[in-house]
Amino acid sequence: MLITRQVEFSSSHVCRNPALSEEENREIFGAAANPHGHGHNYVLEVTLSGDPDPVTGMVLDLKELKRILNRAVVEPYDHRFLNYEVPPFERVIPTAENIAIDIWNRLAPHFTDTRGKLHSVRLYETADLYVDYFGETA
Amino acid sequence: MMRVTRRYRFAASHRLHADRLSERENRELYGKCNHPYGHGHNYEVEITVRGPLDARSGRAVDLAALDRLVKREVLDAFDHRNLNAEIPEFEGVVPTSENLAIELHRRLERRWAEMFPGEWPRLDKIRIAETPRNIFEVGEP
Repeated sequence: MLITRQVEFSSSHVCRNPALSEEENREIFGAAANPHGHGHNYVLEVTLSGDPDPVTGMVLDLKELKRILNRAVVEPYDHRFLNYEVPPFERVIPTAENIAIDIWNRLAPHFTDTRGKLHSVRLYETADLYVDYFGETA
Repeated sequence: MMRVTRRYRFAASHRLHADRLSERENRELYGKCNHPYGHGHNYEVEITVRGPLDARSGRAVDLAALDRLVKREVLDAFDHRNLNAEIPEFEGVVPTSENLAIELHRRLERRWAEMFPGEWPRLDKIRIAETPRNIFEVGEP
């Protein structure tokens, strides 16, 4: 069984690789390289897999999942400039792909086999662009 | 491995009519989709690409390159067109969204290696929403 909870956060970022020239950054990242940054309303869908508990009928109480998502992701990310305020983005380019990996890494310790396993992280940067990450092994 | 999905839109008309069936059979099978002058949809196409992250960019796919490929191979050919009359592959092939998804997949694969010459990224799947309620998906066999 898969269960999914959605949360939103709004953050700013800039996509630049400091090892590259201004011109190369422009070429790779386009407007996303604008030095003062820009923002998105990110939508995050986190999916767990597991069997429903025989007593409660739930894989994991979605209220509990919501609490974990808020504490591990929304609180540190929401209304922040990722490059300046949220590690590891002082050294990792905050592309949607890298943000999804960081969210996975923040969430993974909260989920053990007994209460629902972290299955996937889907991060919408805009309504027309999203990434799916299933962890390193997938 | 990362999967990146980009959504594109185009508007096109079509008529569902199978040449090998009678007029009556066509009407029964396709209903209003068989009306003789055709009708249109705002198609929404999600294209999913998969690959590892490029160390320089932190991205799994060059989105500008994907946009160029999709524009050239799909949007320019299909947007504001009549699929039956203007897409040669639909001569004798009913332009259902199943067949449309297969044709989009074929067109992207045909030019994929020119735009993405390396091992990655690869085309993962194509998902077409003909309307918000009718959705069709094709991936690797």
